[in-house]
Amino acid sequence: MKKKILISDPTLRDGNHAVRHQLNREHFVAYCKAAEAAGVPIVEVGHGNGLGASSVLVGECRLSDEEILSVSRDNLSKSRLGIHVIPGFCTIKNDLSKAVDAGVDVFRIAAHCTEADITDRHIRYIRKAGKEAFGVLMMSHMASAPTLLKEARKMESYGAQTIIIMDSAGAYFPDDVNERISTLVDGLSIPVGFHGHNNLGMAVINSVTAVNAGASMIDATIRGFGAGAGNTQLEVLVAVFERMGIETGIDLYKILDAAEIAQREFNPVAPCISPVSIVSGLAGVFSAFAQQVGQAAKEYKVDPRDIFFALGKRSAVAGQESLIIEVALELAAQNVAKNN
Amino acid sequence: MPPSNKLKIAIIGSGNIGTDLLVKVMRSERMTCTLFAGRNLNSNGMKRAHALGVNISDHGIESIINDTAICDLVFDCSSAHAHREHWATLNRLGKTVIDITPSKLGELCVPAINATQCLATGARNINMITCGGQSSIPIAYAISQVHNDIKYLEVASSIASRSAGPATRYNLDEYIETTQAALQNFTGVGHTKAILILNPANPPIDMQTTIYAKIANPDLPAIQISVAAMVEKLKQYVPGYRLIVPPTLEGGMVMTTIKVQGAGDYLPQYAGNLDIINCAAIAMAELIAQSGSCRVS
Repeated sequence: MKKKILISDPTLRDGNHAVRHQLNREHFVAYCKAAEAAGVPIVEVGHGNGLGASSVLVGECRLSDEEILSVSRDNLSKSRLGIHVIPGFCTIKNDLSKAVDAGVDVFRIAAHCTEADITDRHIRYIRKAGKEAFGVLMMSHMASAPTLLKEARKMESYGAQTIIIMDSAGAYFPDDVNERISTLVDGLSIPVGFHGHNNLGMAVINSVTAVNAGASMIDATIRGFGAGAGNTQLEVLVAVFERMGIETGIDLYKILDAAEIAQREFNPVAPCISPVSIVSGLAGVFSAFAQQVGQAAKEYKVDPRDIFFALGKRSAVAGQESLIIEVALELAAQNVAKNN
Repeated sequence: MPPSNKLKIAIIGSGNIGTDLLVKVMRSERMTCTLFAGRNLNSNGMKRAHALGVNISDHGIESIINDTAICDLVFDCSSAHAHREHWATLNRLGKTVIDITPSKLGELCVPAINATQCLATGARNINMITCGGQSSIPIAYAISQVHNDIKYLEVASSIASRSAGPATRYNLDEYIETTQAALQNFTGVGHTKAILILNPANPPIDMQTTIYAKIANPDLPAIQISVAAMVEKLKQYVPGYRLIVPPTLEGGMVMTTIKVQGAGDYLPQYAGNLDIINCAAIAMAELIAQSGSCRVS
């Protein structure tokens, strides 16, 4: 029997990072239709940092959460509609209850990899509402395999039905993925998923490694459209899985068509592994910091690579964007001191 | 002041916040802690209180119901949900309560802004909002004194993961909703947003808060003067409060960043979040002790 892997496609969520959260209505319509036609099982939408995250701190979204959910719901019927939320940005009352009412099918409740307990009430709320809840551990390279298992077990105890670990900084090598995914698969009684980023060119091989280690769900985006150096490239992954004899339910030709549609619709479509993204991967810093780091580097006339390594030393996590300016100011002051 | 004349206070909740508060109360000339009540005699906070020679109980609010004369004022350091039940009882018993949970039930209080007005209302339930509220609202208020046309206010705090105990984590939604509502309340700005980030970095990071204000034509020099004056006011009761990015124009927005280092009373210095809300609570309790308004006996 063929091995089956569930693909979840956050093009319309992680991709929002690539365009400073400026995806418009037409983008949502065009890509939802293309993904639906290709048989993508889950289409994840929203601000790059999830519902309730549109802010000066991490970027203001062009569309409101309500608009995104309604246009996506209208254009998906076979594909399930998914969202991502991070407690600390979102609340049950302000965001989750509205998403339940808007007809979202899959709720991915995320926390930094050592902070699973902040998802307790949100996961329980979603389960009580009769919807599907996944637990997501972000920046998972910052924790050891046993720590990830401990945190994942907490999410499982709240009712999470799948655990996904994210390589938010694109810092993993295949061995790292193998160790962590195997530990989770052995230690949990629910499915395990992997979400890769491509800063060091490892996203596809890391996803294949995750599957070989027992993961049954993989996140991937069309053209790799996503934060920083981009995500695991969906159409590549579908092709690779076909060759490996793994079933995804996604039609190869139609997902290749979707890649063409994305090329036409999104601008810039494909994040490339820019020099700054490579440094972000090496420094183990959240990929989505790239644009703001670039801006701060220009404004304060400092080397963006220095900013990334300094952020890495301080273990900056998602949502700590205000630290970028502080680090840039410090580096600028050091430069002045050096030149005097 | 001889012990018999000191304000008798009880602390409910033996977590990080309650224990830090205890250490601060013990330094006060005007207060004495007559009860430290929680649920678990083996918790670190209980052990600390016991070692300090404080009267402890694992019966929570019951220990006040069973001995109503034990205290004049109660610091509630439990959780937003538990506070609702606690207040129903404490109100009946005629106690004054300083609530350090984000329940939003009592009179919202930021000492640097409304300490005396808050007491003048005669309210017996004073709500200290949130740690992020205590650090950001004074700055937002100082800006709003210069501009009554702020379109949007956003405050983002990051705190060390280790400084956030189970109740704080469980109350994340209440933290956000209460901080947003209090920001609106003190500044009159209709559209506000609060964000809280738990940072697990080791060594732990100091509490830091960034305040963004959307204003059409900001008068930056006037804002800087107003904010600097407010920071001086805060330093009087929160010694570790520091302006690290003074009001700066950033992407059409006035951005200000502050840092709070704690006194290191219970958790180390990085836990400025514990320190600022507890310093604010102590400042209010000192005023109440001075006025003698809530003595039962």
